[in-house]
Formats: sequence, structure tokens, C-alpha cells
Amino acid sequence: MVRSQRERVSENLNRALHAMLEKDPRVWMIGEDVSDPYGGAFKITKGLSGRFPDQVVSTPISEAGIVGLAGGLALSGERPIVEIMFGDFVALAFDPILNLLSKSVGMYGRRVPMRTVVRCPVGGNRGYGPTHSQSPQKHLIGIPHLNLYELSPFHDCSALFGRMLAAGEPAVLFENKILYTERMYADSTVDDLFSYDFPASSDGCARVFLGSPDAADVVVIAPGGLTGRVLDAARRLFLEHEIVCLILVPVQLYPFDASSLPPAIAGAGRIVVVEEGTAGGGWGAEVAACLYPRLWGRLRAPIRLVTSADRVIPAARHLEDEVLVQADTVYDAVLEVAGA
Amino acid sequence: MTVQRIETAVTRPADADLDLLLMTRHFELTLLRLFESGLIGGTTHTCLGQEHVPVALRPLIDDADHVFSNHRGHGHYLARFGDPHSLLAEIMGREGAVCHGIGGSQHLRRDRFLSTGVQGQNVPVAAGAALALKRREPGQLALVHIGDGSWGEGAIYEALNMASLWRLPLVLVVENNGIAQSTPTAEHLAGSITGRAHAFGIDHISVRGTDVTAIRKRLRQPMMRVRTHPRPLVIEFETIRLGPHSKGDDTRDAAVLRALKEQDWYARYERAYPEQFAAADRRQRDLAERCAREVTARPLVRRNEGENPR
Repeated sequence: MVRSQRERVSENLNRALHAMLEKDPRVWMIGEDVSDPYGGAFKITKGLSGRFPDQVVSTPISEAGIVGLAGGLALSGERPIVEIMFGDFVALAFDPILNLLSKSVGMYGRRVPMRTVVRCPVGGNRGYGPTHSQSPQKHLIGIPHLNLYELSPFHDCSALFGRMLAAGEPAVLFENKILYTERMYADSTVDDLFSYDFPASSDGCARVFLGSPDAADVVVIAPGGLTGRVLDAARRLFLEHEIVCLILVPVQLYPFDASSLPPAIAGAGRIVVVEEGTAGGGWGAEVAACLYPRLWGRLRAPIRLVTSADRVIPAARHLEDEVLVQADTVYDAVLEVAGA
Repeated sequence: MTVQRIETAVTRPADADLDLLLMTRHFELTLLRLFESGLIGGTTHTCLGQEHVPVALRPLIDDADHVFSNHRGHGHYLARFGDPHSLLAEIMGREGAVCHGIGGSQHLRRDRFLSTGVQGQNVPVAAGAALALKRREPGQLALVHIGDGSWGEGAIYEALNMASLWRLPLVLVVENNGIAQSTPTAEHLAGSITGRAHAFGIDHISVRGTDVTAIRKRLRQPMMRVRTHPRPLVIEFETIRLGPHSKGDDTRDAAVLRALKEQDWYARYERAYPEQFAAADRRQRDLAERCAREVTARPLVRRNEGENPR
């Protein structure tokens, strides 16, 4: 199919949901205000309830209840996808995620497949304020049998959903809201400077490079939601300082598979890990903990973590800018590491 | 003037019912003894005084129905499967354990029976199973056991709301034993469970007494109606907890416990049908003892990587 313009990430995601519900009548879409004509707070579920009225359930405002309900469906062999309207509210569903969805896989002595995806729109830079802008990924890291993924402009959502629903373990998909209106990348091209490929497989990390994928001054590891900001920084670092960044965008955040990273990561010896979550106990620390034993002796500088500030995320945009990771934050960190 | 003691007549129980009641009673008593003698560690919650609830319900549930149980779930398991060995092995972490020693007393799964150890969590899960049944297997129902204490958990209300809105075949069996761990119901529950059910437009049936035959007769029609005209139903059993919440943690007065004992189905059936009772009691006491001896002698379950891989 020829597209005059590349597909938006939200369209790719919506198309994936249509494909999942069409392919398998056991797949459900459950969430608050997900039915048409509203189609979800971010319109990601639009068109689903009209086409698949029996598979789409618009629910009361009950995050704990609907994730628990999804657990009951999954235990019955169904494959529910749950939308949490704002990822911040996944806190209300922490019990069923921790003590039900993930536990059920392993606590009954034989493996119980729990095919569930909990979708969480996350992230700020939209002025939504302290409880509608967070990136709660770190709160769900390290739970046995719970897999964490993040939406990316490189990874096709249909393949991703197929993978998450086939895994037999519950998944949480974090969707940085800033991505919804961005366009998917296609044909190995990011822009006039950068290209990308998938060194391991199309569901492994995307590798964004300038010239050769094997030569870089600094490797930046960042989840999909940070792509725009990291690319922005990388472009300026090259144009202003001739610093070459290799950017790695994993689609699976946890468990983090360090073995799938390309060898260039050791060659550079300088690594920056970026996340939008606030400082302390974050995903970057988990990535660094996975990388240190592999790269010990080959690093030329300590792995640098870039996070948002250890503060509440303000509603006023100029104040929010100061708290959240921006392109400048990444730029400064890479510059510092490159000079180390 | 003589005060005549009036006791409601107890229907003669079917042998199978009496056996199941006593199997559960002796299983739980044996369990507490094994704990005392150090042969079992960890934690457990016995259902002493509440055994009649799942026994009365047993023939009203078929194998294709889901039963969701809670922390006090041994009686629910035994009523469904009549298999004390797999349960004791689970609690002792020995071979033959129904969940390979991982779940223990509070996390059991077998066919369409599942228990969890978090209060109230199982109600939304049961609603999910009821939704799947309504879609895929009309006529089946999901039954979930909770206590009076569980009504402090918000997840229950979210689930009741959805179950009523969507007319799900969900039966909530409330075992109101008058006490949540150490807190009397009057101190943790405002209003009433009836009022809470009615607030969601859900029918509520109050069950008193321990006469399993009479209880079953009363519940047969309403349970059948859940199947034919799916809607949630709350059945509240007014019951008693004779034992501790867990082990050795009962802070109630001896006088209170003596008074509760008067209401125990055990004493009532024994008085009403002494010969039938004595024979069944002997059978089940022996079974529990044999079960304990046999399971205690089994090897510990081995860690099985194949069943719990990452």
C-alpha cells in the first residue's frame, strides 16, 4: 500500500488493535470511554466498538476492578487488552498487576498462561500536571512474569501486540503520549543524517546511526518515547561538536536483554541511558546494572543516567520543561560523557 | 417454671454431606495439631465453624462453574474435590501437592477452582470469569467466597457495579463470621451487607443456621435463576468462626468461644442423629489421621524449573 505520508504512531497503534480484534475473537478491548464515538481519551480505540461490539467493553471508572476483571478473563482463556486512561492511574491497579496477573503465571505450580496487555499512556510535556504526566515504568520493574514494553516510532504495533499476546505472560505497554501525533519511521531512514536498522531482529532494539552503525563516540540507550528528544540532541551534537551518537531504542524495557545489544556498544565505551521517569530507582539504573558486568574494563566513563528531576511535574509548561528530560538535558549529558 | 431449651429441628443429613462436613472438620483440626507439633510451618486459616457453607452449596455447583476462594478456603477445596491428600501435601510442601508447594494454603488452583490470598481481589476476577462464561458458556456461573472483612476492600464495589450493570452470572457468597481477624464486624462495617448489595440493585439472601439440607433447598431456586436469567446474587451466611484467625491468635474470651460452640453444627448433628454421626465421625477422624501420617511420610516436593520458568 502506497502512503503519501508516513503513518502516525496513533494510527499504527489503532490499526494494530483492529488487527488483533479481527484476528482473534478472544481478544477484548476493555477500558474507560473506549467505545465510539468517543474512542478513548486519546482516540486510540476509535472504530473498534463499531466493528467488534462483542469484544469492546466500555467500563466504569474502576482501574483495579477492570484489571482484576481482565485477570478473570485471562484465566478463562480470553486475551484482554486493557486501556488505563492515564498511565498515572495504573497505581490504582497495582494489586491486580502484582498479585494476580503476574503471580497467576507461576504460583499455581504449573504454568498458567495470562495473555493480557495493560496499555498505559504516559509522559508529560503536555501541561497535564502532576498526576497526568508521569512515567511510572520504574514502579513495575522487577516483578516475576511481568514484561514491560514501550511504544516506539520504529516498531510496528501489530507485530508488538502479536508478540505480547502470544507470550503467555502479562505485559504492560507504556505509550508516551507525545508519540501519538508523531510519524512512524519507515524504509531505514530517519532524516537526512540518520538511518536505522534492527541489528538483531525486528522486535529487538532499533539502532539509529549516522554513517556507519559500527562507529560512534557515545551510545545513547533510550525507550521509544524519548526518540524525538534524543535525535534532536544527537543532531546538534554532530553539527556543533562532531560527536557521533549511536542511539538504541529497545521495545522491551523489562526484562532488559543486554545480550541483544550490538557490539558497537563496547567499542564506544561511553554510554548514556535516558528515561523520562523521575530520578531514583529507575529503568536506567536497571539497564546500567545489566551492562556493567558485560562492559567492565571496556568503559571509558561511568554509564551516565539521564532522568527527569526528583520533583513533582508542574502543570505550567515553562515549569514542566525544567523538570522533565528535554533535548537539552540529553545534549548536556552526552557532551559531558564525550569529554570525560 | 422450667425453661425448656428450644432448638430448631435439624434435618437428617445425607451421609455424603455429613462425611464432607466431618472430613473438613477433622482436616482442619489435624492441621492445627500438625502446626503445634512443628510439622507444618508458615501460615494457614482454618474454616472451623464454617464447613457447612460449601457443603450446602456443593450440589448447586457443577464442574463447569468457576469457584473462587479466599484465604480461608480449605473447606471450599474439600467440598469441590473431596481430596484431602493433595491439599495437605500442598500445605506441607510434599509430593502430590496440588500446586507443587508454590501456592500453599492460600493459593490453590485446580480445574475451575482458584483461591488467592488478597482480600477482595477475587471478586473482580470472578466477575471477569462470569463475563467469559456469559459469552462462551451460557448457563454456567462464577461463585466467589468472601468474608465480612473483605467488604472493607474497594475492589469489591467496582466489581459489584460492573456485575450488576452487565448482568453477570456471579454469586457472591459472604461468610459473615462476625469477626475480621481480631475486629468484630460491628467495628469494621458500617450499615449492612444487605444495604450494600441493594445499593447496586443486587438481590441479597440471608442464610442463618447450619442445616445443610434446608439451606440447599432454600438456595436451589435463586442459584438456578442466576443461570437462566444472569444477574449477580449475594448470599450472606451468618456463621461463626470457632478457631483462631490463623494459629494461636484468638483474643476472644473463653465465654464467648463457649457460646459459639453451642451454635456449632457439629454438636447439633451429634445430638440429633447420634448413631449416624458417630459412624461418620469415626470414618473421617480415621481418614484425617491416615492422611496426615501418609502425607507426612512423603518426600518434599522438588523444585521444578520447568513449571515456573521466566
